[in-house]
Order: sequence, then C-alpha cells, then structure tokens
Amino acid sequence: MTVKNLRYYREKFVRHLPTRFCPGCGNGVILNAFVRALDDLSIPQERVLCVSGIGCSAWIPNPYFSGDSLHTTHGRALAFATGAKVYNRNLKTVVFTGDGDGAGIGGNHLIHAARRNVEITTILVNNMNYGMTGGQTAPTTLYGGLTTTTPYGNPENPFNLTSLVASAGATYVARWSTYHVIELTKSIKEALQNEGFSFIEVLSQCPTQQRRMFGLSGTSSEAPQRILEMFLESTYIRGQPLKNNYLYAIPKKTPEAVFKSVETKLSGFHPKLKIVDHMAFGRIIKINTERVEEVKRSLKDLDDVEKVADPLEGKIELGVFVKCERPEFVKTLHNIIERVGENRYGV
Amino acid sequence: MLKAGKHLVLGNVACAEGAIRAGCRFFAGYPITPANEISHHMSIELPKVGGFYLQMEDEIASISAVLGASWAGAKAMTATSGPGFSLMQEGISYAHMTETPCVVVDVQRSGPSTGQATMPSQMDVYQAKYGAHGDYEVVALVPWSVQEMFDLTIRAFNLAEKFRTPVLLMADGVIGHIMEKLVIPEQVEIVDRRRCSSREAMPFGTDDPSRVPEMPLFGEGYRLIVTGSTHRESGFRDESPKYHAMLVKRIREKILKAESEISDSVGYYLEDPKIVVISYGATARPSFGAVKKARKGGLEAGLFRLRTLWPFPDREIRRLAEAAEKLIVVEMNSGKILREVERASRGCSEVLSLPKIGGVLHSVDEIYKAIMEAYQ
Repeated sequence: MTVKNLRYYREKFVRHLPTRFCPGCGNGVILNAFVRALDDLSIPQERVLCVSGIGCSAWIPNPYFSGDSLHTTHGRALAFATGAKVYNRNLKTVVFTGDGDGAGIGGNHLIHAARRNVEITTILVNNMNYGMTGGQTAPTTLYGGLTTTTPYGNPENPFNLTSLVASAGATYVARWSTYHVIELTKSIKEALQNEGFSFIEVLSQCPTQQRRMFGLSGTSSEAPQRILEMFLESTYIRGQPLKNNYLYAIPKKTPEAVFKSVETKLSGFHPKLKIVDHMAFGRIIKINTERVEEVKRSLKDLDDVEKVADPLEGKIELGVFVKCERPEFVKTLHNIIERVGENRYGV
Repeated sequence: MLKAGKHLVLGNVACAEGAIRAGCRFFAGYPITPANEISHHMSIELPKVGGFYLQMEDEIASISAVLGASWAGAKAMTATSGPGFSLMQEGISYAHMTETPCVVVDVQRSGPSTGQATMPSQMDVYQAKYGAHGDYEVVALVPWSVQEMFDLTIRAFNLAEKFRTPVLLMADGVIGHIMEKLVIPEQVEIVDRRRCSSREAMPFGTDDPSRVPEMPLFGEGYRLIVTGSTHRESGFRDESPKYHAMLVKRIREKILKAESEISDSVGYYLEDPKIVVISYGATARPSFGAVKKARKGGLEAGLFRLRTLWPFPDREIRRLAEAAEKLIVVEMNSGKILREVERASRGCSEVLSLPKIGGVLHSVDEIYKAIMEAYQ
C-alpha cells in the first residue's frame, strides 16, 4: 500500500469538505480507507457507483464521495444497487450502510443480496445504535446496553452480522474497526476485487451516542480516542497469536474505588495495573502479569471484585472470515441471455 | 415475443408484450395474484431480447431495484397487486422526488388486506393518487381490454420517459385475466428520455418549458449525486425552504401543465346525453353494454370512459355535467372516483353512484336498471 499526501486524496476523491459529521465520528476514517483502496487499485472513480440508504453512514458517499452516488430510502440501498449493477455490470458498485439501515430495516435485503452473491461491496458501519435519530437501540446494541430507548438496559441480543451474512452466502466476509485502518483498507481492496458479494462490518465510534452506551463519563473531547482504544481492548484478530499475559478485574464499584485494594492484594506479584474501557464489561482494571493463574486465585477472595475475566472473554473477533467462490448473479444472468440468444430479437 | 398480427392472449401477457416493445429491458417483481402472468411472461421473454428479469425478496426491493436500474439506463418496470402496491409506495415517492422514470402495474384485487385475493376490484384508485408520502402529481392509466393492456403499457413507458416520472398502470383482475383479441402492430411509437447534452449535468433543473430536466446516467462520468432528500438542480442536498419549494413546484407542474397531453378518455353516445355513465377499466365493459341497450330502447344515455385516472379530466367532467341531467359513476369499489366526479361537476348535475363490492363485476342489467331509474 502506497501512502500519499492527504491533500491528494481530498482533491481527487472528496466532493465537499468539511463534512457534517459530529466531531470524532468514525465516518471520515472509513471514507479515507475507501478512497485509499480505490486509489491503490487504480479503479477510476467514474466507474464507481456508491449506493447508500438512510442514516449517518449513508452520508459517507453522498455527498462526500466524488463519483456517482445514489442516496436511497431507509434500508433499501442493496436492492437499488442490485438493479443498477444488473443493468450495467461495468459499474463498480459499493454500498455504504449502517447497522440500523443494513441489519435492522434492511436486514432482509442484506441476506438476499448475500444469497444471490451479486458483485457488490457492502461496507456496514456498525456504531451499535441509531445515531442520526438520537441514539435509539439497534439490532447490534449489546445486551444490557443503555440507549435512549433502552433506559433500563437492552433486553435483546445483538446480531452477529458476519456470521449472518456468511451463512447467507457472501463470498467475502470481514470485520474490522475504525482503529484498524490498515487492515480495513487492505480488506476493502480485497472486497473490491472479489467477484461476488463482499461484506465488511466496521465497528465505528459514535462519540455523540456511545458515551451513554459505554458509560464514558469523561469529557466529550476525549471520547473518540477512548472509544478507539476500547475497540482495540475489546477485540482480537483471527489467526494472530494471542497473548496470555494479562487478565481483567471487573469491579463491583467504580474501578477507581477498588484500584487500591487490587493493587495491595497483588503487591507480591508486581503486576502492571491500568484502568481501561471494555465493550463487554465497561470500565475495568487490566492486570498485566506473567503469573496469570496465581493472580486469578489471589483475586478470588477479594470482595471488591465482581469477577475476573480471561483475555478473550467478551471480546469481538476481527479478521477475514470468508473468502470463497460461488456463481455470481449478474454473470449468471448474462449466461442465461447467451443461452437463449438464438431467439434474440434486435433491440 | 409475439409477432405482429392477431393473437388470442391473456391481458397480463399483453401487458408484458407491450412493455418489451416499449423498450423495457428490466423487470423486478415479487409473486402476487392476479399479476403473476406478467412476471411469468417477462421471465421468459426478457432474456431473449438481452433484458433482465429479477425476482426480488419483496415488493419494496422490487421497486427499489427498478429505480436503481432506471438510473443505470434501463426502461424498467414492476407489476403487483394491492398489498404489494402498498409496500411500493415508499419507492414510488422516491421516484417522484428523484424524477426516475419507471412503470408500476397494479392488477387490482379485492381488499382491504388479503381480502378476496383472487378476485378483481378497483379499490386502489385512491392509493394510486394519495398512497405515497409528500407532494407529487400522479400519472395513472387504466385499461379496459386486452388490447389496451398492450397499448397503455407502451404509453406508460413513453410518458414515464418523457416526463421523468413513475407512471402507474391501474389494471384490474378482470382485465389481467381475460383472454381476447390482441392486434400487435408492425411498429410502435417509442419515446426515450432526454439524455445529457453537455458535460455539465444539471439533472434536477432545467430552463426547458416542459420543466423536465435531462437525465444523465450512472457510469457516464458525470459524478452524479442522486438523493431523495431535497436537493438543488445539481443534485446537491439542500433542505432550505427555497429549494424545497422550487423542487416540489417543478415536479408537480411538469405534470399539471401537461394535463391536456396526458389526460385521455373516450366518449360513446355523448351527442345528446341526458344520462351519462362514467366508468373505467373492467366496469366500463358492462357499462358500455348497458348504454347500448338503453339507446336501443330510445333513452338518451351515453358512456364516458376514463383511460387516465390521474391527472383527472376535470374540464371534461364539468362539460358533461353541464350538458347532462344525471351522471352515474360505475366502479368496482364502494364509490371512490364518485367523489372526483362530484368535485369536478360542481353541482351542475346530479351525481349517482353505482358501486360494487364483493369481487364481482356489475352485470349489464344492473347498470341498465340504474340508467332506467335515473331516467324517470
């Protein structure tokens, strides 16, 4: 991957700046990764059609991407894109959608586009809530998560979107976060080259709405960085060697209130302690130590600690999960036209 | 595709044949009675002419795929019935806002809800006019024969292309499912959308008196922005009161100002009418029989048959109301176009209603009896 001056990407690919996204939003990161992928592959932007639905993610291409873009109705981007791609297969068709747009109202279109294996790259920006409309619960909100419509905690379980789309038949499936920009850009490039339905879920920060969801009580200006670090803390990458030199103490009260007692209790092990944000557990204490099993035993009888979590507990897996080949929809339609072609009537 | 000449075919097949001759090369639909034969015929015939048939996951996806294909350059169409037509309203509203040409066929069945799923009605005529959200003007055609399923489908495409608007073909279960003579001409008149004449696309604004902008397509290098949000002439989103008013005014006026060109109706025995039967689609057929019978009996009765429901022919109805003593509106619902006739006739004559619910057509005698009663 070659890295060029940011101004080059802006002037070549971006129609209009500044964006109307909230400060610290992940959408800019995703637009950046997308245009770098296009540039690296030397795909002429005149050949690119971006289709989006309704929600913050829909605004990534429309109006900001300088190429053809179709900003459609809520959840229907994939159906519009399917029509355009089928009629003009030369269009490099990319759908930007969100978790509410793509997995909520548009969930049916998502699984059917994957089933057809129509050559469309779908980038689903997952901020785990309906950001534009005021932070309502989404089909991706974690169990127990606080949103404006789940004030007592989300009573529902979230979708595992990559598993869903993989089982529906997509031929390229990956999940990254806005922290993992290099991997994300590489993944978008792979998706754009896949002759079939490609799906990339991107966990994205929404500083405006996620502070409530993840209990980030600090200032709003520190929220974007904290959420990004939380994505790093709460995920692991498939196929990469796992570290086993740490664990998490989940406190009964605030981590600040129990930090001292954990520190005192573990003083004999000389661990490194740090308070971190975690998507599954909230604000907790991370304990770096080579003597994991002893530390675990030692913390068991500490009243202030609710539970001790292993490194992988509650974490979300990132990586490329599916890379395979199946008959592609548009190609099959053209094959059918060829097959019945002897009866062909002059247009 | 059928050859030019005479054929005995189903109304729905005639519709599909007309569509292909009008240049339709993309169809997306979802199974529903009584519109299925349109899909069946399209799925057979479209690949033969290099076109695409898609069965989508629902009617929302069907209209959406049609609109996506239209911006990629296709003359595109879908066909459905009442419940599916309801689901398509979101997409139809989007088509109005983005001025996307397409044809939507509603082979009407008897509701509300699943109702009498296999039986005909004319219950969606107001859904055609008012079903979608927002301010817009509808073009809706209504065929009364297998021949008109063919002819009006072609006209629907031509109007859609000319005015860059969705056009509705409001057929009904009777016309979709009867088999009768269809004459296919050697040549049909075809209208294509105005394509972009310069490198600077202005896809949502024009100085042309028609108020219909040129339509650039995806993949032509225009870097188009198409959005259902309020937009400027360039397509760039701008939700200010000024641009919203400008846009909505223009998309309505392009239809309203062309009303005399779009609006279409046929009169029978209207030289000296005392009683005028007003009807459309399947119910115009027994109405025609009843009027002929009345004429044989020496009664001054006539028939006014609408071939476009929307825009509504206000002036013609007013003229009829001034000339006749009574108007009888015959329709296969509880009385809907009745209200339009009452509005347009402005009290100039008495307006009677002959509704019919239950999924069956009026008989000639029922309508004849109504004419007789009105005459006395």
